[in-house]
Amino acid sequence: MPVFVRDSEKCVGCLICMFACGRAHLAVGLESSCIKVRSQGGISRGFSVFVCRGCEDPPCARSCPEDALIVRKSGGVLLKEDRCTGCSYCVKACILDAIGWSTIKNKPVICIQCGECAKSCHYRVLEYRRI
Amino acid sequence: MIQEDTLKKVLYIDLSKKKFWVEERTDLFSQFIGGTGVAIKLLHENCGYDIDPFSPENPIIFAIGPLNGLFPIASKTVAVFKSPHTGNLGESHAGGRSAIAIRMAGYGAIVIKGRSDRPCYIAIHSDKVYFKDATTLWGLEEGVSAGRLIRNQEPGAGLRTIMRIGPAGEKMVSFACVTLETYRHFGRLGLGAVFGSKNLKAVVVSGKRDLKVTNFKEYKEVYGELLAQLAQSDKMRKYHELGTSSNIMPLSFSRGIPIKNLLTNELQEISNISGESFAEKHLGRRVACSHCPVACIHLATLRKPYEDEPYFYRTVYLSYDYELIYALGSMLGVTSSEGVLKLIEVVEDMGLDAISTGVVLSWITEAFEKGVISEKMTEGLIPQWGNVDTYIEIIKKIVYGTSEFFNDTRRGIDYVSSKYGGKEFALTYGGNEMPGYHTGYAAHIGYLFGARHSHLDSAGYAIDKEAMVRPLNEEQIANKIISEECWRQILSTLVICFFGREIYTVDVILRCLKLTGYNISKEELLKIGQKIYIDKYRFKIKSGFDLSSLSLPKRVFELPSSIGLLKKDFADRIIEILREKIKSLL
Repeated sequence: MPVFVRDSEKCVGCLICMFACGRAHLAVGLESSCIKVRSQGGISRGFSVFVCRGCEDPPCARSCPEDALIVRKSGGVLLKEDRCTGCSYCVKACILDAIGWSTIKNKPVICIQCGECAKSCHYRVLEYRRI
Repeated sequence: MIQEDTLKKVLYIDLSKKKFWVEERTDLFSQFIGGTGVAIKLLHENCGYDIDPFSPENPIIFAIGPLNGLFPIASKTVAVFKSPHTGNLGESHAGGRSAIAIRMAGYGAIVIKGRSDRPCYIAIHSDKVYFKDATTLWGLEEGVSAGRLIRNQEPGAGLRTIMRIGPAGEKMVSFACVTLETYRHFGRLGLGAVFGSKNLKAVVVSGKRDLKVTNFKEYKEVYGELLAQLAQSDKMRKYHELGTSSNIMPLSFSRGIPIKNLLTNELQEISNISGESFAEKHLGRRVACSHCPVACIHLATLRKPYEDEPYFYRTVYLSYDYELIYALGSMLGVTSSEGVLKLIEVVEDMGLDAISTGVVLSWITEAFEKGVISEKMTEGLIPQWGNVDTYIEIIKKIVYGTSEFFNDTRRGIDYVSSKYGGKEFALTYGGNEMPGYHTGYAAHIGYLFGARHSHLDSAGYAIDKEAMVRPLNEEQIANKIISEECWRQILSTLVICFFGREIYTVDVILRCLKLTGYNISKEELLKIGQKIYIDKYRFKIKSGFDLSSLSLPKRVFELPSSIGLLKKDFADRIIEILREKIKSLL
């Protein structure tokens, strides 16, 4: 479980983690980010952060008809892009809503368990734990 | 600029014909970078100098810059239009999700023209633009929020901006604001009224994309350095912790915070409305604009019991900062934090500019005391310093009132004081109401000569602070006002929040610009800043702004400021120098 949401009540909604996720995917911007930050029905109620918790038995991988998501030993999954057909079953299978979608590639954006999001969060909403 | 960058795309929307189209304006974005630089050029192109600000021909222009979406705290959008409040340049900046949303939607600027025959809102989702019916959203009373209704209708949650107006905008109060993301505003100079005149209730923008840089490795390095500085630097501490309201007490000690329309320097119990007091009693949450880690938006909780139902409470979150506490607190002699919050709530509900509203109320109070206006004119309301409940009623009357006097107040106190008298204590500068600094010559003359008559044009209070330690002569003050305003044009082209100005030095900006494909020198950059400043003044003057008639309100010279009592002849000399300098630039 490399990254987990420590306390979303402290989230200020700055989206710095989303941009960090984009950079971790070697991109600038939000298209290649798999994190989502949303207000809880209006900013006064605070924010929810949706980030991959690196499931040991990930439903996203189980839902993939092409075996494009390979389960990692340390948690989470790896995307084999050449196998992915863009069916988006994995997105629907993730109850955390922690899989992004690149409309340009028409493929999912999968967390690479790097922890860049947590490292960039000033408010320690996200925490990165090495296991 | 980088060739593939979508920044060069300008989205034009015609509300009359319900049409939209995109033009690539590499010419503008390569010469004037973006933000305010491109916006003022688009204003010259799209706005007739002699048009009525409420005519369909008045364009609403939003512009962002190359650093938005790439670097932290580049989080602002510039809006320009012809101001119904001053009759010349209207310019206002706001953050929220707007800048990142416009960038991610794939535009550098949006130009909205025409007038819808029915109330509508515009939804821009990347390359798609929808004209949506807003007849049901028009005329909503308190308790139902257009923002909430639109939120349920539109996609893009988390990444979208919803810019909307309240009743004041619909009724074209000349200092109505546009609210975005509940807590941010295009506050000053009446953009809300221009929305209203176009039957435009709201603009929603969303999108998602990746952007290009010239060198990804270097980009990551620069980004990392900036993020670390924004988090750790002492330069950001003020915004990080108590927020700008931390200035209430220091400015009160130095006599720099205006109190009761500048009638006095004394306000007993001002400490009740200090930043410290607000934090202790009310601070409930802190939030940020998109792509800014500073989270300077301080939300206070206000718990109000229902009078007709025991054990029922309504808890609202309201954003506060220095300017709001000044305008709706010290300026009105309100010394309870709950009182200030109640006034903030009604100003938010109405969709008014908080600074102008506070100064209008303070003028009304003094005018009433002096017999310039009567109880008959205020429809029986008796304004009194510190009386929050009456102020709430007056604010509602400004928006909904039917009497001639309240109709007139919708145009600001420059107009009202010209008609009824009381000009000598009408604290307006080029037609715009006073910001919260009575710190010295530079603050007041900065509002007077600033292209948008805002404290943010040249931050005169900072020059006054310098003058408190080492006195400055007339020439030095004039030079500092102009050079700061020219420099701020650069920050507003990129578009960086002014709170990050000490982090984004010239060298840092040049490095960032290089990564976005702009290879320019320091000299060229400064020249662009000056060109933009001149372009703004050209627009003002062509629209009828008269440099020779500018003067400071008499009241300013009657009460000691942070640097002591201001002398009129000294101020007049600075004014004369600035007049000549600006004329020579044009």
